[in-house]
Amino acid sequence: MTNTSHEVVKGPHHSGDAAPIALSAHSITKRFPGVLANDSVDFDVRTGEVHTLLGENGAGKSTLAAMLCGLYQPDSGYLLRNGQQISLSSPRAGLQHGIAMVHQHFRLVERFSVAENVVLGSRNLSFTLNRKSIDEKVAAVAESYGLPIDPSAIVGDLSVGQRQRVEIVKALYQGAEILLLDEPTAVLVPAEVEKLFENVHAMTAAGKSIVFISHKLGEVVEISDRVTVLRGGRVTGHVSGRGSTDTKELARLMVGRDINLSTQRASHATGHEVLQIREVSLKSEGVDILSHITFNVHEGEMVGIAGVAGNGQRELADTIAGLISPTTGTISIGGNMTTDRGPIAAREHGLAYVPEDRLGMGLVPSMSILDNLLLTRDRHIVVDRASVRPEANRLIEQFEIKANDADHVARKLSGGNAQKVLLARELSGGRAATKLLVVCSPTRGLDVGAIETVRRLLDDARSAGQAILLISEDLDEIMSLADRILVLYRGAIVHETKGEAAQLATVGAAMAGLNTEGAA
Amino acid sequence: MNSNIWVLTSANAVTIATTLILAALGALFTERAGVLNLGVEGILLTSAISSFLAADSSGSIWVGLAVGAAVGALLAGVHATLTVVLRANQIVSGLALVIFGTGLANFLGKPAEGKTVATIIKPMTFGPLTRIPVLGPIVFEHDIITYGTIALAIGSAWYLFRTRPGLELRAVGDDPATVDAQGLSVARIRIRYTLLGGALIGLGGSWLMLAQSAAWHQAATTNGIGWIALALVVFAGWHPVRLIFGAVLFGFCLRLPFTLQAEQITFIPSAFMQMLPYVATLIALIALSRPGSKNLRGAPKSLGNPFVRDER
Ligand SMILES: Nc1ncnc2c1ncn2[C@@H]1O[C@H](COP(=O)(O)OP(=O)(O)O)[C@@H](O)[C@H]1O
Ligand SMILES: [Mg+2]
Repeated sequence: MTNTSHEVVKGPHHSGDAAPIALSAHSITKRFPGVLANDSVDFDVRTGEVHTLLGENGAGKSTLAAMLCGLYQPDSGYLLRNGQQISLSSPRAGLQHGIAMVHQHFRLVERFSVAENVVLGSRNLSFTLNRKSIDEKVAAVAESYGLPIDPSAIVGDLSVGQRQRVEIVKALYQGAEILLLDEPTAVLVPAEVEKLFENVHAMTAAGKSIVFISHKLGEVVEISDRVTVLRGGRVTGHVSGRGSTDTKELARLMVGRDINLSTQRASHATGHEVLQIREVSLKSEGVDILSHITFNVHEGEMVGIAGVAGNGQRELADTIAGLISPTTGTISIGGNMTTDRGPIAAREHGLAYVPEDRLGMGLVPSMSILDNLLLTRDRHIVVDRASVRPEANRLIEQFEIKANDADHVARKLSGGNAQKVLLARELSGGRAATKLLVVCSPTRGLDVGAIETVRRLLDDARSAGQAILLISEDLDEIMSLADRILVLYRGAIVHETKGEAAQLATVGAAMAGLNTEGAA
Repeated sequence: MNSNIWVLTSANAVTIATTLILAALGALFTERAGVLNLGVEGILLTSAISSFLAADSSGSIWVGLAVGAAVGALLAGVHATLTVVLRANQIVSGLALVIFGTGLANFLGKPAEGKTVATIIKPMTFGPLTRIPVLGPIVFEHDIITYGTIALAIGSAWYLFRTRPGLELRAVGDDPATVDAQGLSVARIRIRYTLLGGALIGLGGSWLMLAQSAAWHQAATTNGIGWIALALVVFAGWHPVRLIFGAVLFGFCLRLPFTLQAEQITFIPSAFMQMLPYVATLIALIALSRPGSKNLRGAPKSLGNPFVRDER
């Protein structure tokens, strides 16, 4: 334990102190180029308990977990498994010691069936695959932990929650005793989170140890027997005792200062309709991607589109941006019809677009900040960098972009800074003054400081009278920012509510397709 | 018009399809592992001349075939080293292999010019079966390599879709990070199948040389078959059995100009007829690689992408 950490012990342990320590890490240090991801971290997990690693994005949680399961090797420090020192040279070595990780980004082959994914890489698999027998074996393992799963379903057809279950079954099938769950709730709707927690209890009851990783305080308090807080790669505190934990204290340990991520919702009156979407439907290969979408976004208003990934969000954004033509329906921006006119027309009428895929669609990774800015400016045949440089420098300062200069290559920016460059370009107007801003998952993967900045920038844009469409899977973000929330489920708007009146449970249920009350 | 022409062309199509199937099967295994090897044409040429020289000096066709396959694996090994171990760009490395292979083959082929192989692979005989009209010559008059190749393609489908290593191979081509997280070595699997692919391509080149051409005509020996083989993989949607049908179809296109010429059917200029297989390739590729095409669903998802563990 480092000097800065301290102990807050509260209430009796649920699992009891007597349970032996299954796995412990001692003064683990891991350095990546330019980042000290873990700085002499100590951590342990007992048999049958849930020990949570809490910390903001970039705190080093995934890195620590990767070393606990053998994916990465520590620069210094060591691991003890049941008191014996072990060194894990690969994930396979981790598995041999009964340690498995469920990654933040699932490691599943989408084209394979559930059972094929579960048995992939398994040592005791015969040369020829007997589909029926592997299906039965996988179903048996799943059932013994109360994880209902169809072994012959194709993973690509499953919901995110179901895929996660496949990952857990995979770990159990391989004989995992210690499961590392990396931000398992980040991708789930509230009802699925509950289901997951039931599964976690079933596993601990069966003597498995769970290392639970999260940055969401509420659920951490609910599920954990113990909590270790990480910040900037260091342990900043330990908290014990389920349910009785002080969330304020945890928040302070996690962030290191009081932080205000909540923003004012538009108290001012909203103005004209800037974006008008009428009966927009999109079909692809006979499948309805979007169906009968109708809504408006007004000047000075932020409308949030909530939904589980893959329910048409990306297509909706691309349709508004003019990158996709809708099958039927119309879109107008600032009173000008932009349907079927392509992306340039949309931009000429005041659209700014921050796509989800920052370094894919948003910025050209191999080009400098300056050249990336030039992309949306009026272009002449000869590139005139000198004329844009002062503006670039001003934006770098204004948006607090950490870069050497305007010639800094986009690929080498951190996620937060890349996002700020993108926002700077889009908000500062290109072909026309920005009237409508469409942003997709603007804070995904950013650290807390950058999240704060990005949210403030969005807020400023709203106050300046821009209409904003915020598309995000992060329900908390939408709930805290948007003036109006629309829930997208299977390409249709199934729920609409005012931002301040929004109920987590109702919105969550709508995201899961469970209720269609208040349908638009 | 003599109906024999079509029987003969079909029989010849099956013959020439053997090289196509072997080369395409080699490319298919390589691509299923996520490695794109554009060097097929270069490997075909180098292994063809190597097998010629080996068969010529040893007097054994089998030695020729073995040497050709080994040379194919060797060249593919260069590609694997560059792209899997050193993570060089697969397209650049593949194209370099074509240029290198062609040059090397021409160099090695200097002493072989004008010579023919003493012994060539003979067709098998099935007695009365061969005498069945139409079917006989098309189905029952080929050599053991042709039958073995067709069996190999069918066996490959079984291997890919019904065995544990096949499952791992497909997983590596789709999602190497997943395979890596399972503790299997992505690099080892990729190298293994790139080598296997090279050996199959090499075998195809050797067979083309020893059973068909019998004489070395420099680059004209393969005449772009390597590129057609690559197109064939797309045509077959990365499925080994569909490869057989595609190969026979392309084989037919390749043979047609010759039979027409032999039969002195000249209402279409022969130059145009000779374009047929290449035009067919173009049309097939354009038609089949439209976005959303069903054929592309078999495409390995990370084809052409080097795998780096730390890349998130
Ligand atoms: N493979 C890597 N290469 C370089 N930097 C990395 C890598 N993995 C993580 N980092 C950096 O290490 C820090 C901790 O990251 P991570 O463990 O993913 O945090 P968390 O999971 O808590 O969000 C971050 O600054 C991140 O950018
Ligand atoms: Mg993480």
